[in-house]
Amino acid sequence: MKHVLATLVCLATVGLCHAVIETYEFTSPELEARYHSLSQELRCPKCQNQNIADSNAPIARDLRVVLYEQLEAGATDDEILDFMVARYGEFVRYRPGVDQNTALLWGAPAILLILGAIGLAWHFRQRSAQPVTQLTATEQAELDRLLRDSPS
Amino acid sequence: MRAKRFLPLAAFGLLAGLLYKGLSIDPTELPAARLGQPFPAFSQTELKSGAAISEQALSPRPALVNVWATWCYSCRVEHPYLLALAERGIPIYGLNYKDDSAKAVQWLEQLGDPYRLNIVDTQGTVGLDLGVYGAPETYVIGEDGRIAHRHVGVLDEAVFRRDFARWFPTQGASEGAVVTQGGNG
Repeated sequence: MKHVLATLVCLATVGLCHAVIETYEFTSPELEARYHSLSQELRCPKCQNQNIADSNAPIARDLRVVLYEQLEAGATDDEILDFMVARYGEFVRYRPGVDQNTALLWGAPAILLILGAIGLAWHFRQRSAQPVTQLTATEQAELDRLLRDSPS
Repeated sequence: MRAKRFLPLAAFGLLAGLLYKGLSIDPTELPAARLGQPFPAFSQTELKSGAAISEQALSPRPALVNVWATWCYSCRVEHPYLLALAERGIPIYGLNYKDDSAKAVQWLEQLGDPYRLNIVDTQGTVGLDLGVYGAPETYVIGEDGRIAHRHVGVLDEAVFRRDFARWFPTQGASEGAVVTQGGNG
């Protein structure tokens, strides 16, 4: 049992570290941390749906080199992202800025929440607005008879 | 109350319409970020002459800038069509992208040279400034030196007529259409 568990843990963690293996010498651990977060956030233009940290495409390698060099040269995160966006468009960011094209994307959670709230409110109003029907005298008599006669 | 009954149908129709539109969108086609901007400044060497050139050398205009390399299979497919375009008098400048210069010269000697000049971009820096993410890519530089259009993938007669011909009204007519085929890669 122990072995099975160990194997499962191993298998489960394999997927966590499939990023491309490259060595960059960073002058500070802070730069290295920023390198990792930015390379996760930048999208590879060639093999879409991969970030540049995971991609093996030549263009992703080039962008990683640029990222490394700019970090070492003291560029801020915004400067680096602007540099990339100027060349490859908003597409290159996994968290694109809010503009005309992405407004719907960013607004979608709020819009859906509001729509849901409206739907829910409408549903409850419908239910409470339903008239409570009064039984006629014959219906009441029938009900009483059924209740009386039913075996309990 | 009756309208409510058609709500699911309306929702389905909306979704179906969106999905249908989605089918005709090519997700690999990225909008070029550099459209409308001047061709990025560079100082590189020219492939055959070895002379130092800058963006000033890309004249006359309007012209095509073709991103190519000997490792790029689709560029070989595209090459005969570029020769035909050059024959029609359209200025084509090459960006020899992340390539071995000796191999590139050899390629031009063997297959013919449609380029007025070639920017040597061994490191891919000019390509990076331009937003190139593969080869072949073909750009139109307008008369004012600004990037007017980008095409990713093989350039052929159909694409040229559809997207490029408007910048080259006098050279647009071709005697015989050159048939090329192949994909981006």
